[in-house]
Amino acid sequence: MPLKMPEPDRAVIADRDRLVAELEAIVSAAGVVAEARALKAFESDGLTAYRQTPMVAVLPETVQQVSEIMKLCHRRGVKVVPRGAGTSLSGGALPLADGVLLVMSRFNRVLEIDWDNRCIVTQPGVTNLGLTKAVEHCGFYYAPDPSSQIACTIGGNIAENSGGVHCLKYGLTTNNVLGLQVVLPDGEIIRVGGRHLDAEGYDLLGLMTGSEGLLGVVTEVTVRMLRKPPTARALLIGFPTSEAAGECVAKVIGSGVIPGGMEMMDRPAIHAAEAFCHPGYPLDVEALLIVEIDGTEAEVDHLVGEVEKLAKSCGALSLRVSNSEAERLAFWAGRKAAFPAVGRISPDYYCMDGTIPRHQLPTVLRRIGELSEHYGLKVANVFHAGDGNLHPLILYDANQPGELERAEEFGGDILKLCVEVGGVLTGEHGVGVEKRDLMGAMFNEIDLAQQQRVKCAFDPQSRLNPGKVFPELHSCAELGRVHVSGGRTAFPDLPRF
Amino acid sequence: MTESHRPETPEEVGALVREAAERKTPIEVLGHGSKRAFGRPLKLEITLDLSRLSGIRLYEPNELVMTAGAGTPLAEIAAALAQNRQELAFEPADLGPLYGGEADRGSIGGVFACNLSGPRRFKAGAARDHLLGFRGVSGWGESFKSGGRVVKNVTGYDLCKLMCGAFGTLAVMTEMSFKVLPRAETTRTLLLLGEDDDPALARLRRAAASANEVSGLAHLPAAVAKRSALGDVAGAGGAVTALRLEGPAPSVVARMASLRAEVAGAGPTAELSDDDSRALWREVRDASYFAGRDAALWRISLTATAAAPALAGLAAKLAGDTSWFYDWAGGLVWLEIAGAAQAETVRAAVAKAGGHATLIRAPLTERAVTAVFEPQAKPVAALSRRIKESFDPGHILNPGRMYAGL
Repeated sequence: MPLKMPEPDRAVIADRDRLVAELEAIVSAAGVVAEARALKAFESDGLTAYRQTPMVAVLPETVQQVSEIMKLCHRRGVKVVPRGAGTSLSGGALPLADGVLLVMSRFNRVLEIDWDNRCIVTQPGVTNLGLTKAVEHCGFYYAPDPSSQIACTIGGNIAENSGGVHCLKYGLTTNNVLGLQVVLPDGEIIRVGGRHLDAEGYDLLGLMTGSEGLLGVVTEVTVRMLRKPPTARALLIGFPTSEAAGECVAKVIGSGVIPGGMEMMDRPAIHAAEAFCHPGYPLDVEALLIVEIDGTEAEVDHLVGEVEKLAKSCGALSLRVSNSEAERLAFWAGRKAAFPAVGRISPDYYCMDGTIPRHQLPTVLRRIGELSEHYGLKVANVFHAGDGNLHPLILYDANQPGELERAEEFGGDILKLCVEVGGVLTGEHGVGVEKRDLMGAMFNEIDLAQQQRVKCAFDPQSRLNPGKVFPELHSCAELGRVHVSGGRTAFPDLPRF
Repeated sequence: MTESHRPETPEEVGALVREAAERKTPIEVLGHGSKRAFGRPLKLEITLDLSRLSGIRLYEPNELVMTAGAGTPLAEIAAALAQNRQELAFEPADLGPLYGGEADRGSIGGVFACNLSGPRRFKAGAARDHLLGFRGVSGWGESFKSGGRVVKNVTGYDLCKLMCGAFGTLAVMTEMSFKVLPRAETTRTLLLLGEDDDPALARLRRAAASANEVSGLAHLPAAVAKRSALGDVAGAGGAVTALRLEGPAPSVVARMASLRAEVAGAGPTAELSDDDSRALWREVRDASYFAGRDAALWRISLTATAAAPALAGLAAKLAGDTSWFYDWAGGLVWLEIAGAAQAETVRAAVAKAGGHATLIRAPLTERAVTAVFEPQAKPVAALSRRIKESFDPGHILNPGRMYAGL
């Protein structure tokens, strides 16, 4: 699928050397990458299908430097693309040919651990796992745990509102952030929230989280830490059909149990995982559920019993309960390795990320199966079953002419299907450039115009990460009222002011 | 002369707002009006009453989701949820009685527009954490939507967060989808009697950091405890510190034992079981100790460790009788002052502690001249104004309800 990005500004590119010199004046030469070969390292993020070498990359170390860079770019009309660890699966950090890539990797320090208020103040370039590492010796952890947690940064988590397998019970990034320091596109530094709950005024904290780097650059983050549950046990349950597994998920939740994690895999994913790391998954089932219960020992024992009963009533073919930490981790090993496992049975795979109302799962899986036949491409499904977030992995071979395009078209059809059954385009990977042109499947012109007006309130010149999220770039002046319905007023019979 | 419109459909809301936008006539947006005295006073001639946009449109207990019209009574929603042993986990506060109104009169739209959350907020999140999607009409007169009906959704900006706590100044929400959760099978509350603010709050913070999954952490100093309707609390003859446990019965029993071991040596204790426990946390949720009175009332969100010293300092400085209690292990303080609200004194202390103060109740004349919501730093205020104008360029929706010019 040819991706149309904003037309590069030739005047900006022609003036590159002067900009590089000015950036060096802010962060010193060591903080600027301008050499073509070195810039190659930044040409894509986790969505490697799209590549673009940035005009220049800059690696600031202080919020004042970020502010000066933003002021400089604002003054010069230069676009800026922020980047954390570059693990985005939606192309959120895809550079621009005429843009500065603002690399936040030097913001890599945890600033303060406030044990008594149970929060961590950190720079945005610290990894998600780094936050847990900083507090786990005292029995705490940072709850959202995206699969990429070893590499992805908390700044990027803010941009994408990252989730993870535990978010059904413990929430997404947005539910765990208390405060932010943000540099706005014009270089202004603001603070929202702090160590208290519910910041005053409009919820800028909530708006910034998940805004995909389009509204501001996060330079400091305060997050909550949680006490690690004393016990966790997992159930590994095999079902003859995905319907039976889906019914079990509904019954568990309907009974009032909120598991710490609840994951489903279909037959191709189970077989790939078993071949890859031998977790001991049953191979004669169509769907496998991993249900993890965490909490105090009494609670876990009680709820594991409840889930066992429910699973049997749904016709489970096999059921194992972990009896040790090693066994629990073994249950998870296959699921956590699902992506590399699928990577081993196929030269390439394309990971999708729709969310659906859970009861639609059997329908959606059936239709994905039909699409799979139509496109002649295999697919394996892993599913955050508790919250309806589906990750179909489309298998293809990029060396076969036309297969990437077919995979992308197949992926687009899956996401449209998710919307059609009442779900959404993306649960946790973000829109970025990947799903940008599908936004119309979920939102109409007015919905999108309102979102873009919010962007304009932060960035009237559209210089911060343009070309992402929205299918069409509008200048802020164009975003007036969308519909006048031909000058007619609806409901002429209504009493008027 | 006021003019009240009670539209029955979202389309009618759209038409009314469009007309108001064209005529540049500001309107007061209301759910059921139970919290109308919350915020800066509006002197508008036209009200848009959403009470007829009522009804539960979708409720799927197994999917943990409900969709309802903005004017649906909260009581109707709570009753439907209770039938399936579910609830709104953020415990929406019923502030009506604080303003002299009846209990249980609010709408679901009002709950989200005011982002009202109760004692479980520190654990389960705020109202804003439970709104999944909405349909509404912006000040442009345009009908639009954001979010969806699923929990995990990062498609586009999270405008749900912006709507929560915007007090109807950005858009008129007509319908909303929100997360619902199982209601705990059992609840029990441990009461510690006679502790002073500082040691009591330190104990609550330790409990919050423990593995016992405590879901309510409040401290009622003696002056407030004696106003409780519960004999165990009012009759304690001093301060009461409350710790709530919820969950399946075997788990609650085990955690209560563990919690008791943790507070051993704290002095006399008492325990409330299901009904009494629920009644106590309703009082805490609604700050009902201050209902039926008309003294100035502040709701203060602050850094938990700073709460007790801040209040001790304030009590010494403020003119007039004061009484207060703490929720969220000290992260939330309700402070009543007999006499003037004394915003400068209160806000200076809160700023030092890290947080913000909202003047929940004060006579109209005082709310007209006092900043009801915490004043914001200049660049944040300017940004908020640009956001307001991106939704409501003509400033026709509840203009000035939160801040002048917003």
